[in-house]
Amino acid sequence: MAQASVPLSEQEVLRRQFALRKPTSLYRDAWHRLLRNRGSIVGMVVVGIFALLGIFAPIIVPHPPLLVYPNNSYRVPVWISLPNDPLHTGDPRFILGTDTIGRDVLSRVIFGARTSMAVGFIPMVLIILIGTTIGLIAGYAGGWVDNLLMRFTDIVYAFPDLLFFIIMITALRDTWIGNLLDGFVLLFVCLALISWVTVARLVRGQVLSIKEKEYVEAARSIGASPARIMLNHIFPNSLAPIIVSAAFLVPQSIVTEAVLGYLGVGIRPTVDPKAMFPTSWGNLLNDGRVAINAQPWLLVAPAVCVALIMLAFTFIGDGLRDALDPMMRGTS
Amino acid sequence: MTRFLVRRILWMIPVLFFVTLITFIIMHSTPGGPWDVSPDSRTSDPVLQAKLAKQYGLDLPWFINTQEAMDSIAAGKNPLEVTQAFFNAQFPVYLWRLLHGNLGPSYQYRGLQVSDILFSPTQNGKPFYQSRFGTTFTLGVLAMVFALVVGFPLGLIAGLKQNTILDNASLFLATAFYGIPNFVMGIFLILIFAVWLGVVRVIEMDQWANPRSWILPAITLGIPTAAYVARLTRSSIIETMRQDYVRTARAKGLADRVVVLRHIVRNALIPVVTFVGPALATLVTGSFIIESQFSVGGIGQLFVQSISRRDYTVILALTILYAFLIAVANLAVDITYGFLDPRIKVGGG
Repeated sequence: MAQASVPLSEQEVLRRQFALRKPTSLYRDAWHRLLRNRGSIVGMVVVGIFALLGIFAPIIVPHPPLLVYPNNSYRVPVWISLPNDPLHTGDPRFILGTDTIGRDVLSRVIFGARTSMAVGFIPMVLIILIGTTIGLIAGYAGGWVDNLLMRFTDIVYAFPDLLFFIIMITALRDTWIGNLLDGFVLLFVCLALISWVTVARLVRGQVLSIKEKEYVEAARSIGASPARIMLNHIFPNSLAPIIVSAAFLVPQSIVTEAVLGYLGVGIRPTVDPKAMFPTSWGNLLNDGRVAINAQPWLLVAPAVCVALIMLAFTFIGDGLRDALDPMMRGTS
Repeated sequence: MTRFLVRRILWMIPVLFFVTLITFIIMHSTPGGPWDVSPDSRTSDPVLQAKLAKQYGLDLPWFINTQEAMDSIAAGKNPLEVTQAFFNAQFPVYLWRLLHGNLGPSYQYRGLQVSDILFSPTQNGKPFYQSRFGTTFTLGVLAMVFALVVGFPLGLIAGLKQNTILDNASLFLATAFYGIPNFVMGIFLILIFAVWLGVVRVIEMDQWANPRSWILPAITLGIPTAAYVARLTRSSIIETMRQDYVRTARAKGLADRVVVLRHIVRNALIPVVTFVGPALATLVTGSFIIESQFSVGGIGQLFVQSISRRDYTVILALTILYAFLIAVANLAVDITYGFLDPRIKVGGG
């Protein structure tokens, strides 16, 4: 060795260490952490499968979901054979059996996945939009605007949510809004009306803490407009908890639909064979509940699907929280 | 802290007022009324309907009675009587009664008061806890007991054996059971234990006659809470184990058992204990699907029934009761936060 090795200063060591690494953004970093989380991967695969099932439902389903097969009602799943009961024994044509009037359960469950995906994601977008906007305004404006908006959220927050859904839907389902798109519009409106509150409170809390940060002060000192500060500085920095709450909002809406359907106040079952969303898991659960003694199998498939979707999103949400905020890891 | 408390408690009054107002408006704008023959065919004898409506004051306007006020001015009544006439409308009358603790008459059970339906036992001579509210409350307590008995030991083991197979398994189970909605869990339990194994009956007319009929609904209701308790205990144990006083105790040479029991478990219990109150309120208000699922004769089942029968007073009473319980639970959470960790300032922000 020709050159004598000079001990490097501590700073130099750090500089060389970091210079070797490519600079990464928070979200790329979080994405890599998320991919290392096995639970989240499984969850994303499950959601992906359900989403594909939903999108390609008309191509995948073995039978049209509303087609009645005469003399084929109350069939049990294919793997159960009832030798003494040829009318109800398992039939390879109907893998998960048939319902009370002879419609294929598997096809109906697949179309239910399509409905559930819509019910999960569309209100979520609405809720995030409303909640974020109100939270941002309340947190940034402060003063009486904040007070007014937060007192308003207090009132909505105090409403027992499921009670509100049941009252609203029972009350309005026979009116024009209840009939729009087989009751979808009413369901979405109800979900959005109640659930934005949690997002708004969360965002407001974020804004309040970010507002005091130096970079916001710096932006203000160079004359950035409030809108610019909100959109370019505060919003991007409060995005992480919004993403996590979005991941928990989707299954919440799906389960609400299932509960309401189960209680018989969900989306209207349609008879139109060309309908985009002919049935939902909630409706299937209600069919199963009515026929629990004669055909308990009807309950199993939609219940398993709801549970799976819930679990998948729970693991994705947990993984996202850990990934986006490594400091919080394992604390909740 | 006191100022914060007083403000929060006082603020509950307008919140409950608006909850009542909104529920009132939604319910009364619903087509149909309490006197229809059946929920499906909304018709009955118009003369009888008018008579009943008059008797129960449902023929009055919703908010203000200008007609009657005008009449009493014309009749030369004094201002107090005119004001009374002006507010002789459904909502003000209801509020006035509510302020006096009177929840009004029920429309579906004619001749009964709402408070009797909620808080008196269904059969005469039975104790208070066998009323509808008592039944719901009992179910909540049983679920809470189940959650603590199952969740606490699981979390304890997981926390003490952090990052072992035991820990990972119980954390996985806790996350999974926390994720499954409890009415879906109810479906599975009904199918397994009632339909296929036939060990319990789901349709039970009187829970109090058969203690076994409480098991399934209580477990169903308690499972997510048990999972939550397990997670809470685990993280609390892990945090406590890192504290200096635990290291000191170990350094003194105390036996492992003593350190765990006296220093770790005792301190780790605090968040779990403070969680019980709010969680109980959540369980009591969150049980109504489970109640209709297992036909438990509590207030949850009554609520679902009352909406389709348009029993306005029962619906209003239950919504107010639920909103009140939730508000108290939220308040309790905020207060316990303040007590648990003095670093959290509840007054500000």
